[in-house]
Amino acid sequence: MSTLHTVNKSPFDRRALESCLRLATKGSAVLLFEDGVYGAMKGTEKSAIVEKALGDVSIYVLGADMKARGVDTSKLIDGIKVVDYKGFVDLTVENDKVNAWL
Amino acid sequence: MSDIKKFMYINTKAPYGTIYAWESLEVVLIGAAFEQEVSMAFIGDGVYQIAKGQDTSDLGVKNFSPTYSALGDYDVNKIYVEKESLEARGLTLDDLLGLKYEDEDDDWAEKDSIRVVSSTELAEILEQQEVVFSF
Repeated sequence: MSTLHTVNKSPFDRRALESCLRLATKGSAVLLFEDGVYGAMKGTEKSAIVEKALGDVSIYVLGADMKARGVDTSKLIDGIKVVDYKGFVDLTVENDKVNAWL
Repeated sequence: MSDIKKFMYINTKAPYGTIYAWESLEVVLIGAAFEQEVSMAFIGDGVYQIAKGQDTSDLGVKNFSPTYSALGDYDVNKIYVEKESLEARGLTLDDLLGLKYEDEDDDWAEKDSIRVVSSTELAEILEQQEVVFSF
């Protein structure tokens, strides 16, 4: 059963991203959107756990939410893929279920 | 005791995930009309509110970040940003909006409104305030 995990809260404000990355199994997809996009940035206190997780899970970030917040692609952790809304839909279809972390 | 009080607005949340940032900015701009001594502080995820390069055109919500540039015209020119909060998020002063004001005591010279301060300095600044609003 493949799972798409979504995180829409800032990793500095809540533990959602850390819980998600701790419990997502190998091969899962993780999509960061809304305030969750801050978790995709390199050079932060949370970057290391995200970089470590990239070995086991695929991590995606919603481009429109990055753009709204002034987060440029150049600031992303290497290996994180940017998707648009259509890509978000594709991820939900490709996986058997969605786990929306709050 | 003077009628003018020191007002501090503390901003702690990222801009678009909740309405707090926009509400705070509205209250500051309304309050500025009452000629009080107004300061703002950006701590925690609040520092993201004044990140430059925001473009919400794909979201269908208002990009209110240009409105922070109006603060200088309302004599809101003491904008404190906590250094530790910036560093935790991999940000520097260069990643923030270039907010300016014209100093009437210095021949209207254009000056920077944003002051990056340490937690210790900010604690002292907060201690001096008479009215504090936290968003």
